[in-house]
Amino acid sequence: MGDQIIMFISQIFNGLKIGSVYSLVALGYTMVYGIIRLINFAHGDFIMVGSYVLMLTIPFIIACGLPAWLAVVPAILVCVAVGVIVEKAAYKPVREKGNNMTALITAIAMSLLLENGSQAIFGADYQTVPTIIQIPTLALGGLKIDGATILTVLLGLVIMVALQLFVKYTKQGKAMRAVSEDKEASILMGVNVNSTITLTFAIGSGLAAVASLMYCVSYPQVSPMMGAMLGLKAFVAAVLGGIGSIPGAMVGGLVIGVVESLTKAYIGTITAGVITSAFSDAIVFGILIIVLLVKPSGLMGEPESEKV
Amino acid sequence: MLEIKNLSVSYGAIDAVKDISLTVNDGEIVSLIGANGAGKTTTLHTITGLTPAKSGSVMFNGVDLLKTHGNKIVTLGMAHIPEGRHVFTRMSVQENLEMGAFSLKDQSHMASDLNMVFGYFPRLKERRNQLSGTLSGGEQQMLAMGRALMSHPNTILMDEPSMGLSPKLVKEIFAIIRKLHDEGITVLLVEQNAKMALSIADRAYVLETGRITMEGDAQDLLHDEQVRKAYLGA
Repeated sequence: MGDQIIMFISQIFNGLKIGSVYSLVALGYTMVYGIIRLINFAHGDFIMVGSYVLMLTIPFIIACGLPAWLAVVPAILVCVAVGVIVEKAAYKPVREKGNNMTALITAIAMSLLLENGSQAIFGADYQTVPTIIQIPTLALGGLKIDGATILTVLLGLVIMVALQLFVKYTKQGKAMRAVSEDKEASILMGVNVNSTITLTFAIGSGLAAVASLMYCVSYPQVSPMMGAMLGLKAFVAAVLGGIGSIPGAMVGGLVIGVVESLTKAYIGTITAGVITSAFSDAIVFGILIIVLLVKPSGLMGEPESEKV
Repeated sequence: MLEIKNLSVSYGAIDAVKDISLTVNDGEIVSLIGANGAGKTTTLHTITGLTPAKSGSVMFNGVDLLKTHGNKIVTLGMAHIPEGRHVFTRMSVQENLEMGAFSLKDQSHMASDLNMVFGYFPRLKERRNQLSGTLSGGEQQMLAMGRALMSHPNTILMDEPSMGLSPKLVKEIFAIIRKLHDEGITVLLVEQNAKMALSIADRAYVLETGRITMEGDAQDLLHDEQVRKAYLGA
């Protein structure tokens, strides 16, 4: 019986670990959606970009005698640059000329461009990221929790709280909220709408880079398509939490992570082998559908009010 | 001084404002009256850079507003209270007021500026922590006015401040406009409530389907037979 509980708690922690990654990525989706009502389908691929930067820069950073995790700095810089360039070069011109649908198609195009571009550069195969960090395992009685798991969950929490404080209390954070609600009124207040949108993309892309570090600590492999499924699940997390809601993205990510982890661990036993853990993704998406049927605006989203 | 010369604005093939010229001198209240769709809101939107002009010029204290980015205009001392208030409904009353001060480089007077606004609108102080989406229409109008005052404007454009308000609230709002006028603030007032707008103004312009058809002393217009028939229901 004790073993059962230990197993259960470990699975919860596993879920929180991957859930933290989903949360950070979901924040990028939700912030960009909040401000320009665009699902940035390329956002998941920013994790892939960040992961390749980690893979390429870690040997160099270690050679300099620095800790490998500092590779997150170049990863953030590159992801922010990619995010801002995608916004300025692709989304902004389309937004000004076209409509929401053309912008959405452009986002899909950007996603394909990043995926196929990295495939052309790095090849389609999985490559290994050098070990980023080695932390001793925490043992509490029979419960053993991987140090990387604890670090990932803590880092995720710290970033989410910091982001929430930024958006709530700083001048730029308030400007972001103002622009997401009413662009014209924001202009009248003196807010530069375009630079606020750029800042939003920069923050979202930077968070994706941190997510890539968190991901590669536990799953040290990169491939051009790695961002597709991660991004999709993070998008589900953002919608589940209520797209446009920052706390919603955080909660949504953690919920998806835990549900996925528990499903993988227990679904086979519970259904006596009828449904296997291979169905875990389908179950995750099924939960999204059920939640949205009950609460269409997501767990923490506000009902979209009709603009007058 | 705000000086508009030969301004034309069009939305695609539709000409919303046709070759209008209009002046607002420092310290004046000037009303722009006219029916729905006459081009009043478009005129204000063009002044503050929300809508591009087709031709003409808009000069404000020597600065060409048509060549100025919309978000820079508030830094010149011009605030615009838009039609429908456009308060940030998902932000608190106080956060809305803080957004009003966004353009100020020096943010250290926030507390005293908030008190200045609460002096005009005590109701806002009671509700400072409330989400502004939960305010009544009158309170939202007060908030929109207070938000504009936070930027220390010398000139305020007001678009339909009386819209949807009870007669009592309209009186309250107009009393505040008069108070602002007494303190030296220049006001360009757009209103469908022509009687109120003409009563308070020094001068006025009548806009009809994009053209200015009459202009002059507000009191004269108030007693003009044509204006009375068309806009005062008498």
